Amino acid sequence: MAFWRRKTHIEKERHVKANARDYNENFSYADNHIKTSKYNVLTFLPINLFEQFQRVANAYFLLLLILQLIPGISSLSWFTTIVPLVLVLVITAVKDATDDFFRYKSDQQVNNRQSQVLISGSLQNEKWMKIRVGDIIKLENNQFVAADILLLSSSEPYGLCYIETAELDGETNLKVRQALTITSDFGDISKLMDFDGEVICEPPNNKLDKFTGTLHLRDSKHPLDNENLLLRGCVLRNTEWCFGMVIFAGLQTKLMQNCGRTTFKRTSIDKLMNTLVLWIFAFLICMGVVLAIGNTLWETWTGRNFQVFLPWDDFQSSAVFSGFLTFWSYIIILNTVMPISLYVSVEVLRLGHSYFINWDQRMYHSQTNTAAEARTTTLNEELGQVEYVFSDKTGTLTQNIMVFKKCSINGQTYGDVYDEFKQKGEITEKTDCVDFSFNPLYDRGFKFYDGRLVEAIKLEDPVEQDFFRLLALCHTVMPEEKSEGHLVYQAQSPDEGALVTAARNFGFVFRTRTPETITLCELGRAVTYQLLAILDFNNVRKRMSVIVRNPQGQITLYSKGADTIIFDLLDPSNEDLMYTTSEHLNGFAGEGLRTLALAYKDLDEDYFEIWMKKLISASTVIENREDQLAVLYEEIEQGLKLLGATAIEDKLQDGVPETIASLVLADIKIWVLTGDKLETAMNIGYSCHMLRDDMNEVFVISGHTLLEVQQQLRSAKEQILGLSRVSSAGDVEKAEMFADGSVYEETIIAEYALVINGHSLAHAMEPQLEHVLLDLACLCKTVICCRVTPMQKAQVVELVKRHKRAVTLAIGDGANDVSMIKTAHIGVGISGQEGMQAVLASDYSFAQFRYLRRLLLVHGRWSYFRMCNFLWYFFYKNFAFTLVHFWYGFFCGFSAQTVYDQWFITLFNIVYTSLPVLAMGLFDQDVSDQNSLHYPSLYKPGQQNLFFNKRQFFLCTLQGIGLDTHYWTVVNHFFVWGSLIVYFSILFAMQSDGMFGIFTSSFPFVGTARNCLSEKSVWLVILLTSVVCVVPGMAVSFLRVELFPTLTDKVRHVQQFRKRQGPQEQSLRRVRRTSSHRSAYAFSHQQGYGELITSGKNMKMSTPSSTGSPGRTPQSSTWIENMLKRKNTVSCVSDESTGAPAKTD
Amino acid sequence: MGKVKPGPLARRPDNSAFKQQRLPAWSPMLTANSVLPFFYFMALICMLLGVWLLLTVQSTEELKLDYTEAGTCNLCFEKRNVSNAAQPCICTAVFNIKKAFKGDVFFYYGLINFHQNLRRYMDSRDDAQMVGRKNNLKSPSSYCMPFDKDKNGVPIAPCGAVANSIFNDSFTLSYMTSSGSVRVPLLRKGISWYTDKNIKYRNPSTENMTLPQVFEGTAPPLYWQKPVYDLDPLDKNNNGFINDDLIVWMREAAFPNFKKLYGVLHRANKPFMNGLPAGNYSVEISYNFPVQYFRGRKEVVLTTLTWFGGQNHFLPIAYLVTSCLILLIAILLTVFWFKFGKNGQNMEE
Repeated sequence: MAFWRRKTHIEKERHVKANARDYNENFSYADNHIKTSKYNVLTFLPINLFEQFQRVANAYFLLLLILQLIPGISSLSWFTTIVPLVLVLVITAVKDATDDFFRYKSDQQVNNRQSQVLISGSLQNEKWMKIRVGDIIKLENNQFVAADILLLSSSEPYGLCYIETAELDGETNLKVRQALTITSDFGDISKLMDFDGEVICEPPNNKLDKFTGTLHLRDSKHPLDNENLLLRGCVLRNTEWCFGMVIFAGLQTKLMQNCGRTTFKRTSIDKLMNTLVLWIFAFLICMGVVLAIGNTLWETWTGRNFQVFLPWDDFQSSAVFSGFLTFWSYIIILNTVMPISLYVSVEVLRLGHSYFINWDQRMYHSQTNTAAEARTTTLNEELGQVEYVFSDKTGTLTQNIMVFKKCSINGQTYGDVYDEFKQKGEITEKTDCVDFSFNPLYDRGFKFYDGRLVEAIKLEDPVEQDFFRLLALCHTVMPEEKSEGHLVYQAQSPDEGALVTAARNFGFVFRTRTPETITLCELGRAVTYQLLAILDFNNVRKRMSVIVRNPQGQITLYSKGADTIIFDLLDPSNEDLMYTTSEHLNGFAGEGLRTLALAYKDLDEDYFEIWMKKLISASTVIENREDQLAVLYEEIEQGLKLLGATAIEDKLQDGVPETIASLVLADIKIWVLTGDKLETAMNIGYSCHMLRDDMNEVFVISGHTLLEVQQQLRSAKEQILGLSRVSSAGDVEKAEMFADGSVYEETIIAEYALVINGHSLAHAMEPQLEHVLLDLACLCKTVICCRVTPMQKAQVVELVKRHKRAVTLAIGDGANDVSMIKTAHIGVGISGQEGMQAVLASDYSFAQFRYLRRLLLVHGRWSYFRMCNFLWYFFYKNFAFTLVHFWYGFFCGFSAQTVYDQWFITLFNIVYTSLPVLAMGLFDQDVSDQNSLHYPSLYKPGQQNLFFNKRQFFLCTLQGIGLDTHYWTVVNHFFVWGSLIVYFSILFAMQSDGMFGIFTSSFPFVGTARNCLSEKSVWLVILLTSVVCVVPGMAVSFLRVELFPTLTDKVRHVQQFRKRQGPQEQSLRRVRRTSSHRSAYAFSHQQGYGELITSGKNMKMSTPSSTGSPGRTPQSSTWIENMLKRKNTVSCVSDESTGAPAKTD
Repeated sequence: MGKVKPGPLARRPDNSAFKQQRLPAWSPMLTANSVLPFFYFMALICMLLGVWLLLTVQSTEELKLDYTEAGTCNLCFEKRNVSNAAQPCICTAVFNIKKAFKGDVFFYYGLINFHQNLRRYMDSRDDAQMVGRKNNLKSPSSYCMPFDKDKNGVPIAPCGAVANSIFNDSFTLSYMTSSGSVRVPLLRKGISWYTDKNIKYRNPSTENMTLPQVFEGTAPPLYWQKPVYDLDPLDKNNNGFINDDLIVWMREAAFPNFKKLYGVLHRANKPFMNGLPAGNYSVEISYNFPVQYFRGRKEVVLTTLTWFGGQNHFLPIAYLVTSCLILLIAILLTVFWFKFGKNGQNMEE
């Protein structure tokens, strides 16, 4: 009763009281227990059987069984049906049970994770599943957050804590959450024990970025928002500990709510199979009707006269009634056309194919020790029909590792490697990288190949020095010195980390930061700069600047930002340098590198003072503060001097461009859906060759309103379709043209690309625009959607799925890809990394994007090919077997007499003929794996559904081409010949004297085989039949291969003749292009960090101090001095030299 | 699987040919080099077989005599038409053999349009009864209905429609020479399969009782003139369920037109040492089996056998036709191959 009530209860508002389990019990909120498994020991049998009988085929056979029990109809003994049915049910049940068991185990693993819960005055270790709403739990660094909790306090000042939300939204940069001031000092247990606040908030929902609620604490109300909430699935970073109160638990957490329902995925072959089964059923009914009519006529004309010998039964009052009974009898006899074992055989095949995927060494990634895994075993053949691939970017296409690759300093590029002939060389594993050992604090992970830059630094060239000084000063990175000299940078975007690390290796080591100072170790000397202001980054400014005072008292503004922006701010005297640098930048951008321009400006003390005053007054203004600040920033960032530019490589995963090129050749369209920025996304597009400079046009859709978006989409489309054509055509025609975009898809030779951002996408997905969007997207070779939410990713997939009738595949690595992975026909997760959400939701998982090529082109193709051949053969075999009874009906007075022994009928499908077909379905290879990869076009027939469709089905029922195995392995031989042997052994066993002696009525065919097979004419007939069956098929195949060879035939031909020759290496090298898209600036973080730093909020040992003012130096000088003292003792010594003695102490 | 190997490559899949799908395999391709010779070869084989079979069949003799209304039998035919009275009717049909039948000669009776292959008919028998199970003797299987018990409820042995409708004409074949007619000796035993005679059909154990005593309490099938234990008055051991004629009848024919073995020529004495000499023959028929109800015909078939069975023109002709078709296809393929696809020109990409 209570259970039932809980189900119907709709929560309108959530009341949670801290430390009051009894109170919270009243609301029966979900606890933190997660259950994704379906059965338990007791419910397994009934539920599973119920589910199985929901399958049409199983229900049909149950019905058949009942029919067979009616004596007047029964033309076959009950065992002919029950044996296969039970076999099928058992196999399926075992499979379901194992699947569910694994789900249960993974649930258990999550449920049993430990966490510290405050229970009756002390922290106790408790399993995750025991956590209730209202509990106060303690989290430690690098732990997963167990439920959605309200942050109460943390080890950091101001109750700040850092979290990584990669599991949730795929963003790997750190995010800050802050506790309410009122609770932020609840650091010890006693205070937390006394905490009895009540949270009233929204009911569970799936909005990851929104939360509203209020905390009622001792008659005061405190508003709560998303900033106070830690969501399940986040990982605590850089924070020793924090306390939180559970608001949502288990299935009601935002993460779980976002997981969406698991829908059972079906392949198109599945659907086709179901359709075919229905057709077959209709066909069966037709045959039944024909035979029943035949029977009625026969009984009227002949049978009536035969009553002397065979009187009609008592209940068989008329010929018509006899016909009626015969109908049912024939339904029973002809049931062998209905392939009961089809489903099971298909499952077995798919399971086998899945194992082959799991076993594939070439999809094993040794670095992460991850093998590919087919997590769903029902979708394999669909892998051979994929037309659209939706890929995430970060972590899927890219490694999310930024590498400082090149730079241009004062008109000179560094970073290329030149060989002895002064030619640009490729950087390979063997290329020597620069030795940074002159610098004790260098980062070993950093690699740079151009030795000239270090030489320049060593020569103390001031521009080079300034360049790296800027990189070391102008950023928002937080340093962490775990042990002496062992620096770890906490960058909120990997780009910044890469830049600061580069500066570090080139001798400008960023050591420590306080709210007012930055200490560098410049080529071995510790230098402390006063940090006077941070002119923070935002999307409009596209740049950030710092103003520092060096120990000599010189005030300098260092600025880095998008080249277009910085170039506008340059001093006119820099023009020449600007042009050179600009050329370099184009070169960098052409290689897909992310670029930033760097500039500086020495400031006059007085000028700065005045500006600073204006800044302080502006920052206290409430209205239009942002705008006023922006104006001030702009004012001081004028007349800059260009230092150069940096180029960072967003490291692609291995083999990504090759994989994409290969998939494109296989006519697979790849769409990138990323939460990242437009610039970054486009950059990656260029670096993995999805966007190219030789494309006719890259359309960027970034409208803010529906109308704008509509306008942009329309104009883009018109441009592609050719303005003249569209305008000359009448409105009706126009509509027609738009309706049938596919026609044009084929005819458009020019290459276009579409880049659309999340805002515009939201508008473009509106019903009235979605067609335009889809048509446009399909006209483009490449589609990139950036700044999209997880839900939008799913919507895009859904859109294509709904309108294109094509198989879609989504690949991603983070929790933000889960919805997309679940929506697509096939979901692929990148495994071997921290997050598991995507993998758990996926159907296939492997460690590297490049394995997608093998998964689709080899495994997918083979699976599809095998499955089709299997179905072909299967239907042929069943039809050939059953139609005999139809024809025999004309001889036996339509009396539903069987031609074969009942046991033969029982065993034909499941024993005699199943294994050879299965072996073929498992092992057949028309083309070797190397050739499958080599000729991606081999993949195309799958997309067009050529191997098995309704036409093929009719062909195979009409003319049966015999065993069409292309690849005879030992197993095939064993199964084929083995089955024959099994047939004869069973035949003789069942017709033996012994069997007849025991079960007289079941085995009446004693001695038949012996007597028949000793007749020589039987063998003559067998020979003749085989010849007659094989020859026509063979002739047709031969002619087809000779006259109209498909690509497959050609490849097989080549394969035969070049067996000895090894596979040729396919080289899809990165092509260096001259050319240019602009503004690939590398900021991937949000604004706001500057303020965090200058306010000192995120500094651990700092005392709060007022926002930077020029006059504050005396006030905090003692503190700085202390800091310096401390620093000087250790400054610029490597961890090797101090670390080791420290240990011996 | 299941084993947990330590080390960084613990989860690396095994490098076995099976798991990597690299099993050595024969992958046949339909190339001209393999297909065309195969076709010619098959054509040749079929041709040779066909010719051989044809020649063999040519050397056999067969004679069919539809005696339904032949000779004096039209009277009997009429008689059976009027009623099914047990009144005996004997008639004679004559025929002429122009060419002597050399070797073993088999005597069949044939029925046209008699459906032994109807499902209910075929099911209407009790194998357990006929293998001598005492229980089934007294209480026949329900499949035998309505021929399981007679009007008085006495169980019928052998029960069922099959046994009930046994073919009960009997034949006496005579060779008419100038010196009068000689009875042609027919072996009426050994005409059933060994497995049927010795395994599938058994009389109930007699235990010192005579056969009639064993069958006491059972009734003969309705249409039978004689009880089952008295089918062969000449040979005691050919009675009951193991009577050869009964066994032959009980093996139902698959098609409505069929012939069943009646006897084999006994070639012990002259003039039948070498088979049937040419000349005139008469066959005296004890005409009992009614066929007019179902518009059937009855016939007598005399034939000699080949190594692959009785006179069968179908097989040799089928082989010859097949061979010709294959040859035709092979030639067509060769032409196509020469004209269009020679040496895989179409293979070039």
